[in-house]
Amino acid sequence: MSQEISDRAQRAKTKKALLGEDVDLEQYTTEAGEHQPITSLGEIAKDYKQDLLEAGIEPSEKDRSGSFLQRDRSVVFSRALYKGLEVMSTTDALSKYNGLKDYLWKAVPVDADKYTAEVELAPSHGYFIRAAAGSKVTIPVQACLFITADKIRQNVHNIIIAEENSELHIITGCSVSHAVNSALHIGISEFYVRRGAKITFTMVHNWTGGIDVRPRSAVMIEDDGVFINNYILMKPVKSIQMYPTAYCVGKNARANFQSIIFAPGNSKIDVGSRAVLQGEGSRAELISRVIATDNAKVIARGDINGTAEHVKGHLECRGLMLSDTSVVESIPELKASRKDLDLSHEAAVGKIAEEEIQYLMSRGLSEEEAISVIIRGFLNVDITGLPDELAKETKRMFDLSLQKVM
Amino acid sequence: MTAPAGCKMLEIRDLTVEVEGKEIITDLNLCIERGEVHVLFGPNGCGKTTLLMTILGFPTYKVKKGTIMFKDVDITNLPTNERVKLGIGMSFQHPPEIRGVKLGDMVNIALGRKEGTIDERVIELGKRLNIPVQFLNRDVNLGFSGGEVKRSEILQLLAQTPDFLMFDEPDSGVDVENIELIGDLMNELLGRDKIPSQRERSGLIITHSGFIMRYLKPDRAHVMLDGRIACSGIPDEITKEIMEEGFERCVELCGKRVCKE
Ligand SMILES: Nc1ncnc2c1ncn2[C@@H]1O[C@H](COP(=O)(O)OP(=O)(O)OP(=O)(O)O)[C@@H](O)[C@H]1O
Ligand SMILES: [Mg+2]
Repeated sequence: MSQEISDRAQRAKTKKALLGEDVDLEQYTTEAGEHQPITSLGEIAKDYKQDLLEAGIEPSEKDRSGSFLQRDRSVVFSRALYKGLEVMSTTDALSKYNGLKDYLWKAVPVDADKYTAEVELAPSHGYFIRAAAGSKVTIPVQACLFITADKIRQNVHNIIIAEENSELHIITGCSVSHAVNSALHIGISEFYVRRGAKITFTMVHNWTGGIDVRPRSAVMIEDDGVFINNYILMKPVKSIQMYPTAYCVGKNARANFQSIIFAPGNSKIDVGSRAVLQGEGSRAELISRVIATDNAKVIARGDINGTAEHVKGHLECRGLMLSDTSVVESIPELKASRKDLDLSHEAAVGKIAEEEIQYLMSRGLSEEEAISVIIRGFLNVDITGLPDELAKETKRMFDLSLQKVM
Repeated sequence: MTAPAGCKMLEIRDLTVEVEGKEIITDLNLCIERGEVHVLFGPNGCGKTTLLMTILGFPTYKVKKGTIMFKDVDITNLPTNERVKLGIGMSFQHPPEIRGVKLGDMVNIALGRKEGTIDERVIELGKRLNIPVQFLNRDVNLGFSGGEVKRSEILQLLAQTPDFLMFDEPDSGVDVENIELIGDLMNELLGRDKIPSQRERSGLIITHSGFIMRYLKPDRAHVMLDGRIACSGIPDEITKEIMEEGFERCVELCGKRVCKE
């Protein structure tokens, strides 16, 4: 770890984030939450099977090319089952690959705010996943960051690399056991999509009402690279603020973000996605669907910044409020610093239209059934770019979460 | 095998309806027998759609007075889905768009199943309306052309097969080829191919064109003016008078003819 980096982190230690409410890190401890490694995911599944399944993690490792499980502050399991795939803790990767100099804090600035600084100064692992050049790992890797100890800080740093012309599909779940009342999760994720490579990243957040969450993610996409991000949040959370950014640096680089958020309880959510189109002909599509109910407050952001020729970007945010005390605010931003580019956005926030409910009732549904159909339809975003099996799997995970809330 | 006497399908008595605090329908009476098809004429804004929506039970349409009996059940205060269960169905003039809910989902719902998979049964029904699978996969009414909306509505009714069918301008904006298709299906849905005594289903159709008249040969026609049924009679005569003399004059003539009867 270079001195310069830790100096910058030191200086950012008290730097509040631009967005989201400030979390007092000292409320949470770095003292607890150490665990022994396990030899199979089945071991942990004995006590926590449901928590894992809900986060998309398959304890049997069936249809998975690799697995990673971090429990609290310890990596308890990691292995790759596919040639050309590496899955290990970031800590191991750092020693194996000489500090990961070309990757660590290269996409996310270490001094972005106090949360990035915290991960640099008091890291607790995270995962390193890499597909070797030319390897098409079409079966997904599963990675789970699991919190089982109360009051802890989980400070993970993830590095994900798809080398030239490789393909990598990741299902990642964050989950919390029922015994935990409060905790803080900070996750730095730095993605590198090399020339002609593709990463799909499907993330399920399965928090509870006492968890503060501050992910910090950025993606560097080279020529003809593709990055597809699916984000699903269906459970309450105390607060979450994130604004992952995809930098389409290469020619014809492509980034897609699709977020599905169902916010119940007192959740405070400030979530967006951002694309910087700086490679000629690069494209981005940022789509989000947000439902807020009870007293939930959601800010859905989107930002596309086009600086190169022939780039194309589309931003779409739809929000639905199911209660009078819930709020959805949509903040789309487009910046174009050239003429020959095409950026567009659509945003709509509102309540369920009475006439839609009645139309469905006129085909025989009760009012409650009609509302469920409208909500399911509203959240039904076609998930693109995933291999068939994974698309089905994602759909299944999504339906599972939806059944729970409806 | 004659149809039983009395208004066995639909009977509306002294109906007064308000929308947004404004009286749209006043003291309206209507009786439709089992096996009968009635058409409803009237100038724009006279309350035709309001009448159908009130029969269907949409809460925006407030019944201030009167009763609606359906198959001898007082449905005046029943929620829409209860009325649908009793056998009422409607093809809408301007149905709403619902994002993420596919036409195929609507067909499944009309069939009484869960939304979701578009299977053979749904595809077969679609074919009958010249609706291909890709179209079944589109969000319902979102960006549908005028004619496509009509076909999608008839498709849903075909799945639903209610005993009492209301069509709100099923023919407006439909091209020549598709209008025959729609006419055929309406005839089938209403059992018009059967001899009158064996017709079980009834219909109430709002139309401005002569096509439906020629194609369906309805049993009775009504002219609505300013929220009232101003006159009723034999469909051919009424159409002829409307075409030649306009609505108001037709109503005048209508009064005289009733005297002659
Ligand atoms: N939701 C509403 N709010 C306010 N006024 C309404 C509403 N629905 C209908 N109206 C009014 O009620 C009157 C009757 O409308 P209705 O739609 O029943 O007419 P219609 O006979 O079907 O006309 P058209 O031939 O144009 O379809 C019109 O003046 C209309 O503006
Ligand atoms: Mg009308």
